[in-house]
Amino acid sequence: MAKYYIYHDPTRCIGCLACEVSCMDWKALPYGESNCRIFRFGPEALFGEPDLTFMYTSCFHCEKPLCVEACPSGALAKRDGDGVVIFREDLCIGCRACITACPWGIPQWNESVGKIHKCDYCADRIDQGLEPACVTRCPVDALKFVKVEEASQLKRMRWLRDTFGRQVAPAAKY
Amino acid sequence: MGEKKTVYSICGMCSVRCPIVAEVENGRVRWLSGNPNDAGMGTALCAKGIAGRALLDDTERPLSPMIRDGERGSGKWRTVSWDEALDYVADKLKAIIDQYGGRAVLLSDRGGPFGEYRKAFLKAIGSPNYCNHDVTCAVSVNHASLSLFGFGRKTLNYDYKNAKHIVLYGRNILESIKIKTTRAVINALDRGAKLTYIDPRYSVTAAKATRWWKIRPGTDYALNLALIHIIIKEGLYDKAFVSRWVEGFEHLAKFVEQYTPEWAEEETGIPAQEMYLFCREIAQDAPHVIFHPGWMRARYKQAFWESRTSYILNILMGAIEVPGGLFFMKGPGDAGKKGLNSIGENLPKVEEKRADGAGWKYPHINKGPGLLHRAFEAIKTGDPYPIKAYFVHRHDPLTGLPDPEAQVEIFKNLDLIVVVDVNWSETSKYADVILPECTYLERSDLIANQKGLKPGFRIRTAAIDLQYDTKPGWWIYIELAKRLGKGEHFPYETIEDLWNKQLEGTGITVEQIQEKGFITLVDEPIWYDRMNSLPFKTESGKIEIINKKWEDAGIPCLKPYESPEEPPKGKFRLLFGRCAWQTHAMWMNNPALHPYLKENVLWINKKVAEGMGLKDGDKVVVSNGNYKKEMRIFATDLIHPEAVFMLHGFGRTVPQQTRAYNRGVADQRLEIGLLDVYDPAGGANALCECFIDVKPAR
Repeated sequence: MAKYYIYHDPTRCIGCLACEVSCMDWKALPYGESNCRIFRFGPEALFGEPDLTFMYTSCFHCEKPLCVEACPSGALAKRDGDGVVIFREDLCIGCRACITACPWGIPQWNESVGKIHKCDYCADRIDQGLEPACVTRCPVDALKFVKVEEASQLKRMRWLRDTFGRQVAPAAKY
Repeated sequence: MGEKKTVYSICGMCSVRCPIVAEVENGRVRWLSGNPNDAGMGTALCAKGIAGRALLDDTERPLSPMIRDGERGSGKWRTVSWDEALDYVADKLKAIIDQYGGRAVLLSDRGGPFGEYRKAFLKAIGSPNYCNHDVTCAVSVNHASLSLFGFGRKTLNYDYKNAKHIVLYGRNILESIKIKTTRAVINALDRGAKLTYIDPRYSVTAAKATRWWKIRPGTDYALNLALIHIIIKEGLYDKAFVSRWVEGFEHLAKFVEQYTPEWAEEETGIPAQEMYLFCREIAQDAPHVIFHPGWMRARYKQAFWESRTSYILNILMGAIEVPGGLFFMKGPGDAGKKGLNSIGENLPKVEEKRADGAGWKYPHINKGPGLLHRAFEAIKTGDPYPIKAYFVHRHDPLTGLPDPEAQVEIFKNLDLIVVVDVNWSETSKYADVILPECTYLERSDLIANQKGLKPGFRIRTAAIDLQYDTKPGWWIYIELAKRLGKGEHFPYETIEDLWNKQLEGTGITVEQIQEKGFITLVDEPIWYDRMNSLPFKTESGKIEIINKKWEDAGIPCLKPYESPEEPPKGKFRLLFGRCAWQTHAMWMNNPALHPYLKENVLWINKKVAEGMGLKDGDKVVVSNGNYKKEMRIFATDLIHPEAVFMLHGFGRTVPQQTRAYNRGVADQRLEIGLLDVYDPAGGANALCECFIDVKPAR
């Protein structure tokens, strides 16, 4: 069962790329590559209103990961316990089946080794009680490593905060 | 498992110098993050800071001492030993000092908390000519602060975390990031604080702001005068604070009468109605408000007055020495503790006048950082005396100061140019000798003061051993001093010797500071009594609207506003700035950062572009003087039609930097003639007083 989720708060995110460089650095990926990516809408004036918004994308670690089903070599697997979809580069045969299978375009191509690369929530770090590299070094705490049910709660609170302009908290907890 | 250690240190990827931790395994840096012992920092680290590991592996840097082996700028080098390089420099210096005196030596750097040994070196050889980079940074802000408070800009800091309204003039606080500041601002905004951002161009900071004013470039002063006009006219200012601390308020009130919001609307393009609403709104949040006086405000000839009126707005709001406003930085003395000792032993006082005229020809200009562009003028003319040797310490005037072509011409009058740097700077290309400094991860530095509400000390400790034939800066200058017969002033061999000297009598040990990377001298924040004992350093002991020093120099503290020139047809005012993953043009060639932005683009107003037959993504030729280059445009409504904008630091000319070489456009090369264009009151170069040609390519 998947337990974790990386919650991204676009209201806080400043698009500074620290998450991408952090991932590259910890995962020893080729320079410029990263398992997570920050995208932007804008800057543009939408109906006269200026806008620039950043979005974070990385693996969702699906309950039913299509990449795992498509992988013929066992390089992708859903881990028991925390449900992290892990990737073993040594088993990858570079067939690209996962790139075809994943609806979200998460597996990316690592040109230097002819294999894919994909987020595993920094499984080595979380096994030591640490957080993924992108979350750990985010300069403005726009990323949070949380349980999935906490992420949906955070998202609801963010919506209330942005709508009413004030911090909110669950009603019973005080 | 190899040998592991944790080293708390200080980042060196930009001049902010954030607290970091390095995890080291088998003599290799395995991980860098923010130093979690500092609550404001946590484990945060920006892209540049993370790329510190890539810096260690980057061999496209000077990795051993080099002496020029051809014409200056020819790019031909001879790799030599440290002994040979230092002997060579010392011999050249001796000849120069014998003929012209110690005053013929100039040194420039980027300032910072570790540079005491460089100033001490100059003192030891009898030169008053230390300059930092501040003419292209905050020197006008510093003088604005001096003219009002009697102390420089660093005495007051900003409590963003508790602010209710933050006002920023082009201070792109969410892209030109200082991690602790950026976190504090984002936290304040999340808590409901307002942010007013004033910039001709939309930035990430504008995107997070409650209000973005797309001001006409160069008109901040007009806006401020109108805001002061409203605040005084409507009685929105803190009357108790003003009557207690402000000298000359009546002059200010009378002066701003003529500057109505309706007038300023014409000048700035900001509707007068919005100015009224803004003033009434911010007065509600006073005194927990911050008008940022500017950081890199070396943009316009009126910078001093722009900055000064921003400070005045803080003063009118009573936002001084108050949570959520500006506060005094406290030092060891405020904590009743002894400060760090100076490292130079019995250094002679240098009586000589400065070559740049600071303190005498320009009596209102502070002698500390001086005016580098005026020092260049002295190199050019030999007036007031010849400058023959120039040490450029981890500073890159050919990138940071305008018009490198003119600078290279001036440098021809120098007998010796020594560059000390971690990188191939643009300036290093023209050096006679390169003395390569090791990276901040291989370097321990002097213990630094950490001023603030809780004063203390902090320390940079080398995480790993030297990887190449490079050396720490302090070692280089002390070795040179010894070779020049000035060793008596520097009785040190190791960094530990220096640390021990600094800490003598403080009751604090190096190990105590290293335990967390810093030490605070008090448990509780120190606040002064804001109505009774604020230590202003002016003659009157108050905040002076009219400062005699400037008035005596013929510079009015309340200067009538001058409207910036409109660009001639087909030309644009060139604006420049930074993004979050590059800084000061230092890391264009860093292998981890380079892939993200290989070339800069030109922001141009969409309607203007359409009028020129251009659409987003088209190529244009930008030019001024002899410099002409092609680049792509980003056509957008989100920039003022008079201006174009590009990121700074591109168009590198050092071929050793294969990744960055000749990629993109160098804004400073378009700033023709600007070396001599500066704010007379504050001293900063006016880097945006420049119009460039933009034409469709082909």
